[in-house]
Amino acid sequence: MASEVAAKHPKPDTVCGECKCQGNLHDDRFDKLQDIIDKYKDQAGSLIPVLHEAQQLFGCLPEDVQVFVAKGLGIPESEVYGVVTFYSLFSLKPKGKWTISVCLGTACYVKGAADCMEELKKELGCDVGGTSEDGLFTLEGVRCVGACALAPVAVIGDTVYAKVKPEDIKGILAEFVEANSTEARAS
Amino acid sequence: MMADERKKVTLTIDGIQVEAYEGEMVLEAARRAGIDIPTLCYHPAIGPIGSCRVCVVEIENGKGLPASCVTPVREGIVVRTNTDAVREARRTVVELILASHPQDCLSCERNGKCELQDLAMRLGIREARFRREKEHKESDTSSAALVRDMDKCILCGRCVSVCGEVQNVAALGFAYRGTDAMVTPMFERGLADSKCVSCGQCARICPVGAIYEKEEWQKVAELINDPDLHVVVQVAPAVRASIGEEFGIPAGTPVTGKLATALKRLGFDAVFDTQFTADLTIMEEGTELLERLKTKGPLPLITSCSPGWIRYAETFHPEFVPNLSSCKSPQQMMGAIIKTYYAEKTGIDPDKIVSVSIMPCTAKKFEASRPEMDASGYRDVDFVLTTRELAKMIRQAGIRFQDLPDGEFDAPLGISTGAGTIFGVTGGVMEAALRTVYEIVTKKPLGKIEFSEVRGLDGIREAEVDLGGTKVRVAVAHGLSNANKLLTHIKETGEHYDFIEVMGCPGGCIMGGGQPRSMDPDIAMKRAAALYTEDRGMELRKSHENPAVVRLYEEFLKKPGSDVAHRLLHTTYEGAEEAAEVSRKEAM
Repeated sequence: MASEVAAKHPKPDTVCGECKCQGNLHDDRFDKLQDIIDKYKDQAGSLIPVLHEAQQLFGCLPEDVQVFVAKGLGIPESEVYGVVTFYSLFSLKPKGKWTISVCLGTACYVKGAADCMEELKKELGCDVGGTSEDGLFTLEGVRCVGACALAPVAVIGDTVYAKVKPEDIKGILAEFVEANSTEARAS
Repeated sequence: MMADERKKVTLTIDGIQVEAYEGEMVLEAARRAGIDIPTLCYHPAIGPIGSCRVCVVEIENGKGLPASCVTPVREGIVVRTNTDAVREARRTVVELILASHPQDCLSCERNGKCELQDLAMRLGIREARFRREKEHKESDTSSAALVRDMDKCILCGRCVSVCGEVQNVAALGFAYRGTDAMVTPMFERGLADSKCVSCGQCARICPVGAIYEKEEWQKVAELINDPDLHVVVQVAPAVRASIGEEFGIPAGTPVTGKLATALKRLGFDAVFDTQFTADLTIMEEGTELLERLKTKGPLPLITSCSPGWIRYAETFHPEFVPNLSSCKSPQQMMGAIIKTYYAEKTGIDPDKIVSVSIMPCTAKKFEASRPEMDASGYRDVDFVLTTRELAKMIRQAGIRFQDLPDGEFDAPLGISTGAGTIFGVTGGVMEAALRTVYEIVTKKPLGKIEFSEVRGLDGIREAEVDLGGTKVRVAVAHGLSNANKLLTHIKETGEHYDFIEVMGCPGGCIMGGGQPRSMDPDIAMKRAAALYTEDRGMELRKSHENPAVVRLYEEFLKKPGSDVAHRLLHTTYEGAEEAAEVSRKEAM
């Protein structure tokens, strides 16, 4: 059930799909990943920064990226997998260009965060943890973001939206979609 | 031994003055003083983890209730291990663990031998106050050796620690967090699709029924009763050093005679000794060593009796695969000999023979299932049972093991020497090989039969042995992280060794993944002593003096390394071709 927004914007091919990088070690992103590994290699606690940069590079951390990092840093694969699954910052699946974090903390919740979440699900055509079909948005629920006075709060990319009402959602998403097309035209 | 130079401190535990070394943990000091603080994640085979919080204690003027397994002793501290607060905390911790545990004890593999069960009993837990519905997960039965039942896992971390740190395999790790946390191979794969080498050290130290060997003992008990089948059994050396523990016999007591009697009373049609093929292995491997010394390669020759080690080499060090002895393990040699030589000699159709082996090892289950292990034209070994499984079978049959009279193994495949006996302990294969190779090369009887320089429990040991003018450099490693250390050292420095023994488990087969579980920190030493005592009491102590082995060569195999011997007793490894390809390229 694709929403209007999703329908207007075909899937950009820059997103690491299911999965452009898999099994393709000639992908030049792996050269870059090697550079990242070399940069951190001899430092203690290098795994998290490497994974962080690897995720920026690939959009997510699929198996072959994790195996490559494990080999490069000389860390067991199971440990890399453990770290990737421990931190919600890391994702096994490709994420959208922007992550929408809807605060589901107590204050936001009583102020109607759940309704906003429902509206977002409908608009994006995906569930919590999922990504809209156009690859622009990943929808997530988070616990308290520490801005209870502004409840209910949603964070999209780096922008905080305060006192969000379900009827605002369409307009907010449209801003990002617009920004995306402007960017696309410019390049 | 050198005097301990560590600084001593004095502390008070439950009103008792206790001396301890700096750096020791409160738990260790307390146990030495006769105070048995309860534990759950702590195990002597691995370092302290400090995850379960069962061993909490009170320390005067300290904050909260620290876990004694990770709290270092300090001068003058006053520790209390049995206050109301401590008891209440321990009970709550265990109740919370029980809350996400199925509590289906009656049908659990560990029923009656479970550390969590014991702890609940000891702490006097009478009701399950908390109940959380944990999502049911299907057991992982993908491996030929091990079963993982993650409903039962209490996340203590012992398996993760032994797999990663002691065995350097790290097939298992923690993933996710909070209520979703689990122990799993990468991407929640089955063990068979992970880097697991089937060593089973995880199963040996799991406190609950979350990891155990794939059980086949009930099936074997059924087959024994089938009159159309000839069910034969072989039993490995290390089993006689440990199975007594399952029946209350003190650790370190060899129970070879009782073991032979028990197997006969269970109804096996013939009871053979894997030590016979251990002697045979020495004949084949010794010949291979001399051949490689003569032709200069590939050296070092590395022993191949330990299937967990073999899988480790194939997975983590394929560059050393050409160094592996092509000899099958004694178990597989026995399997092949039973379905050929023994079948021929007795006139029994090999198709009607069921070949069972009793092993201290879970990797032996994996080994027997390897597709290439069918040189006899049949599965060389049909069923592998661990020492623990045999104990279950004996108990089920109502045999009072501890009261059994001594019996004998059946001839000819039950005849063995002391060299075969020590195969079960780290350094033993090396020593057995040296006893034979020395006499073959020098054509002189060995003055001192015991090679004490390759004995002991140090992770890596090396020695130089004079074979009548030829100096041979040997090394012994046990536990896969030690094997890794040794191989990495060879790769980095190019240091030369002629012959290396590797056993996958720390201590060798006596501490295999299928052995009785034990919390005794000195258990390896005791079991090793049992085998060395047994060896000393044997009339024959050198493999080439085994009369049944000599006859086997005369009647059937011709000579060590013959074509028949090669077809039946030798094997090939995964990655051998790739390794050859790499060395060809390097040579170019």
